[in-house]
Amino acid sequence: MTAAEPAVDMAGVAKSFSGHRALEHVDLSIPTGTVLGLLGPNGAGKTTLVRILTTLLQPDAGHASVLGHDVVTESAQVRQHIGVSGQYAAVDVNLTGFENLWMVGRLYGLGRSGAAARARELLDQFRLSDVAERAVKTYSGGMTRRLDLAGALVARPRVVVLDEPTTGLDPRSRMDTWSLVRDLVSDGAAVLLTTQYLEEADQLADSIVVLNQGRVVERGTSDELKSRAGQECLEVSADIEHLDDLKDAMTLIGDGRPVVETHLCRARVSVRDRRADVSALLKLLEERDIPVLDLSLRRPTLDDVFLELTESAQTEGPSA
Amino acid sequence: MKTLAKAVNEGYVIAWRNLLGVRRSMDWLFAAVVQPIMFVLLFGFIFGGALGGGQYREFLVPGIIVQALAFNSAFTVVGLSTDLGKGVIDRLRTLPISRVAVMVGRTLSDLAVTVVALTVMSICGLLIGWQIRGSFLDAILAYLLLLMFAFAMCWIGALIGLVVRSPEVAQSAGLIWLTPLTFISSGFVPLDSLPGPLQFVAEWNPITAVMNAIRSLWGNPPAPGTTTLGSESWPVAHALEYSLLSSIVIIAVFVPLSIRMYRRATARQ
Ligand SMILES: Nc1ncnc2c1ncn2[C@@H]1O[C@H](COP(=O)(O)OP(=O)(O)OP(=O)(O)O)[C@@H](O)[C@H]1O
Ligand SMILES: [Mg+2]
Repeated sequence: MTAAEPAVDMAGVAKSFSGHRALEHVDLSIPTGTVLGLLGPNGAGKTTLVRILTTLLQPDAGHASVLGHDVVTESAQVRQHIGVSGQYAAVDVNLTGFENLWMVGRLYGLGRSGAAARARELLDQFRLSDVAERAVKTYSGGMTRRLDLAGALVARPRVVVLDEPTTGLDPRSRMDTWSLVRDLVSDGAAVLLTTQYLEEADQLADSIVVLNQGRVVERGTSDELKSRAGQECLEVSADIEHLDDLKDAMTLIGDGRPVVETHLCRARVSVRDRRADVSALLKLLEERDIPVLDLSLRRPTLDDVFLELTESAQTEGPSA
Repeated sequence: MKTLAKAVNEGYVIAWRNLLGVRRSMDWLFAAVVQPIMFVLLFGFIFGGALGGGQYREFLVPGIIVQALAFNSAFTVVGLSTDLGKGVIDRLRTLPISRVAVMVGRTLSDLAVTVVALTVMSICGLLIGWQIRGSFLDAILAYLLLLMFAFAMCWIGALIGLVVRSPEVAQSAGLIWLTPLTFISSGFVPLDSLPGPLQFVAEWNPITAVMNAIRSLWGNPPAPGTTTLGSESWPVAHALEYSLLSSIVIIAVFVPLSIRMYRRATARQ
């Protein structure tokens, strides 16, 4: 492998399940020492992609390789180099935390004491030392999830694949996981991380791939993505009889047409200049005597990215 | 050779893990102790009283031992399908381990449970009047034959577990075929007493062969009122050879089948 070759490379990967296309011609690559964030709604194909990369599924078409080893023809070598934490924790609930990690270490070929030392180290790192000797079935969901993550790192893999690693974690554990991913990357690992949260990708990912219905609909850095997904957004709630007036006012101020969610008594519009636009809107609402219940400015979320992407797909027809 | 040693080593680690789980979930208590004791005592006293007392019980115990070992293969079915359902097998498949390690581990741990069950049943049998009349070597041979048979049955269970994939279904799928198979045999009544076609099936049933082979090796008598263990048909006359052969054939067929299934079963979600 040359230095320039990416740690993970996928080209034209496709996968169908009894006629249903879960992935269509997906390309992506992850250079060594970087994080790729794979974003997508439920059913987008994230887990399918993860399963192909981790040798659990064979693609119908295309190629995928890890450190130059093909996931189909050289799956044994691929497994030497990857560490995986699946979407649902797959730890053994009858075993203790220590025993789970010890077993994984042994299966990676570590000796008895080597596996024990590594298990202790990881339990410590994941704040599980206190419960190390308790059966996993007595763990909370977040603790189980952390143990599963620890299991992925037993052999210090050079490529780490994490499928929604922070779903179900409390804020502190989520932060811990983020800093863990940063440490992995600074040690030179390549990380593929799937998530539903733009913020997470924003914090961690060097590049982002957005998947929708099995296709890559957008890719780039987090900044590129956000600028394409629209600017900050102003959201205003009012009583239902004022919604039309509100919409008119927001049309004058905002960048583009407001989106009205009647059932939520709420309207939303993108803005370019947060300070000027907010005060202009407030002034206008005052003049027109429109009472406001709630007003907030928010940054684009994954929701906005998706609304944006699916909207443009509808108007322009399928293009990606 | 090196890959084989590696696979066995990994199988051993996985068997260790399974046994810890079995011990903690108290499944073992049922598989290795309660069920065997119940079988021996219940059948021994319910049938024993009506069908010939002590001699019948001595005839019966080997039959019950074989039946209980066959039923233990249901634990392989449940164990494997539970691991599949919980994603544990997928997790193991992302590790750089031999693809036979998981199955070897499962069948080894189930064999360990079988050893305990066999011990418990032998003691129970001794208590109700069964005994070993043959030579020491023959007795050992009988136990080895039983272990090989139990190991073969585990691999049938492994294939079923991988096919059904759901622990709920596994429980009944693992047992349903065993009931007719173990009862249409020489386990409880003499072969001669079975009606024509059933007798033919029972004679060729490998389970009958195992039962008759260990009866001969242990020197246990035929059922009261009969003088032989059955007719002179080939499988009955060559019970030892036939039981060895059928265990070998089962292993030779079901090991590759389940390994193939293992690779495919987990390839779906
Ligand atoms: N084994 C399977 N058999 C049939 N269909 C499948 C299978 N696995 C996935 N699919 C389908 O493929 C599509 C993609 O599923 P996938 O699990 O990859 O989505 P995802 O992006 O991980 O979603 P989520 O965010 O809910 O985890 C879905 O429509 C799903 O129903
Ligand atoms: Mg998923």
